[in-house]
Amino acid sequence: MLGLNKQDTTLFLIVVALTALAPFILNPFPTESAMAQFNAGYPDLMQRFVIFGIFAIGFNILFGLTGYLSFGHAAFLGVGSYAAVWMFKLFSYNVFPAIFLSVVIAGLFSLLIGYISLRRSGIYFSILTLAFAQMSFALAYSVLSNPKFNLTNGETGLQVYTDDLQMFHGDHLPDLPHIFGLLTMRDNFVLTVGGWDFNFNVGYYFCALIMLLAFYFSVRIFRSPFGTMLRAVKSNQTRMYYTGLNARPYTLAAFVISGMYAGLAGGLMAAVDPLAGAERMQWTASGEVVLMTILGGAGTLIGPILGAGFIKYFENIFSKINDTVLHSWFSFLPDGMEDFMVAIVHPFIGKGWHLTLGLLFMMVVIFLPGGLVEGGQRIMRLFRGKKAAKEADEATQSTPAE
Amino acid sequence: MGILEVKNVNKRFGGLQALGDVNLSVAENTVHAIIGPNGAGKSTLLNVLVGKLVPDTGSVLFDGQSVLGRKPYEINQMGISRVFQTPEIFGDLSVIENMMIPIFAKRDGAFRMHAFENADNEKGIIEQAEQMLESLNLADQRNMHSAAMSRGNKRRLEIGMCLAQEPRLLLLDEPTAGMARADTNNTIDLLKQISDERDITIAIIEHDMHVVFSLAERITVLAQGTPLVEDTPDNIKGHPKVREAYLGESA
Repeated sequence: MLGLNKQDTTLFLIVVALTALAPFILNPFPTESAMAQFNAGYPDLMQRFVIFGIFAIGFNILFGLTGYLSFGHAAFLGVGSYAAVWMFKLFSYNVFPAIFLSVVIAGLFSLLIGYISLRRSGIYFSILTLAFAQMSFALAYSVLSNPKFNLTNGETGLQVYTDDLQMFHGDHLPDLPHIFGLLTMRDNFVLTVGGWDFNFNVGYYFCALIMLLAFYFSVRIFRSPFGTMLRAVKSNQTRMYYTGLNARPYTLAAFVISGMYAGLAGGLMAAVDPLAGAERMQWTASGEVVLMTILGGAGTLIGPILGAGFIKYFENIFSKINDTVLHSWFSFLPDGMEDFMVAIVHPFIGKGWHLTLGLLFMMVVIFLPGGLVEGGQRIMRLFRGKKAAKEADEATQSTPAE
Repeated sequence: MGILEVKNVNKRFGGLQALGDVNLSVAENTVHAIIGPNGAGKSTLLNVLVGKLVPDTGSVLFDGQSVLGRKPYEINQMGISRVFQTPEIFGDLSVIENMMIPIFAKRDGAFRMHAFENADNEKGIIEQAEQMLESLNLADQRNMHSAAMSRGNKRRLEIGMCLAQEPRLLLLDEPTAGMARADTNNTIDLLKQISDERDITIAIIEHDMHVVFSLAERITVLAQGTPLVEDTPDNIKGHPKVREAYLGESA
């Protein structure tokens, strides 16, 4: 279907089903129950899942296929956000031109940075990209926000003010990002069934649709001759050069494509919340997408999406658990024990969620080097039994990218 | 005039004269071996030929065109393929993918972005690659991860990948180094078959005299960066200068 082979079509349909049904899947607990805090089915978080999914899918095209580890991809995300907000400020709140500009600007920016950084490989490449991203951050944070030339609005972040030009903005149009005036990104429909509230949000479905497109294109790239060449770059550049192939344009193309994916994600972040801050470009944000990709499974098709979802879930859910919640969990224990348990768990929740994430990341890297995807494959094999496991082994051997 | 003409090539590394006034002419459609003791400059010469090193002076002409200053992939596109001492293949890719890449390179040149075609639909390329594997007796390993192949088969695959580009000159850098006797003989047979069946010139650097004398039609002996003699294998065998270079003056 759609130029995909049988296996990939199945995978694609699974992703389509998961994103379409996300409001149900992510909301398993009734709103009034004690477990409701583990629900992730609210618009803001669902949007983040798919937006960071796009970011990680794009990063995986570079890192998963060519093995070039960029530590500066947040720069393209940030540039995409700024481009989109400028589009809102100058023209209108329509999201399509904004996202278009985000992708174009991020593409040009990544062409420049990639052209320079790709002169080196390995750790030097990583350091160069990191340096560029930190320079971009510094530019956005202070240099480009002086009264004479205020491109980024510094610490406050770039946002839309009522006295902005907004050439094509009319009275009949809503004062927030919209799709040709028909729907705004914040339109939300709540379906109440029994004790459950399911959120159907325009912003989420818009981003989800774009993520599906992004995912589809990434599958096509993985299966194309171009994808084979990128894996060849990762495997052996010497052989590549002595086979009459120039690895540089291949890596640059992959870098620009992944930069455009990051710009797209940045544009969508601005589309669901018309604000762009410099902290989006910081090195922690670049590191996050690396974690997502490795955690999910670098070089696999669906891994980056899983990784992005996993990390965003922990960031939002674990960070919200506080001591009061812990006390209510352990209230069945005698008083001394209760305090003891709370004291032990305390460092891992709230602001300490990074600690939990770090431990989980270590466990995944040590026990599942192929990421969550490898975990999934192992579980599948357990269910299918040993004979099927053998076949699966052979299948992965013939398609190392999976 | 040979297909490869090396004239007065000099290369210094600091105080070491790696190549001193090297002149070499390789005739078309022959097997030409370059031998010499360790440190004679064989590998330096090979690296000059493929564009990895640029000589200080001199010229290298391939089919009348200079290769100096060109990048390795450009020289490869001119028709020179190189087989390495340790097989350089795409270890993360399957055997058939390994074989498809040089065929893509031949069709598309140094860079072409086929990002939305499906590699599985490139029937022509796959067919050529399968034929090549068939002729190398590697057809049964088609879908194997190439890193998992035996040393001898990796070598076969690498030679096959070079041949798939239909080069006019094939350079081999000690192709049987570290191989078991059986694998060495297999490689010799393969190279013989190639030189018999194809319009191809083969230049081979080798330590193993068994390999050299089974294959070569001309032999150049290199010592301390300078060609000592160039002759047929029969004449080289008993040549006093060669014995001296290999065994020392007292011999």
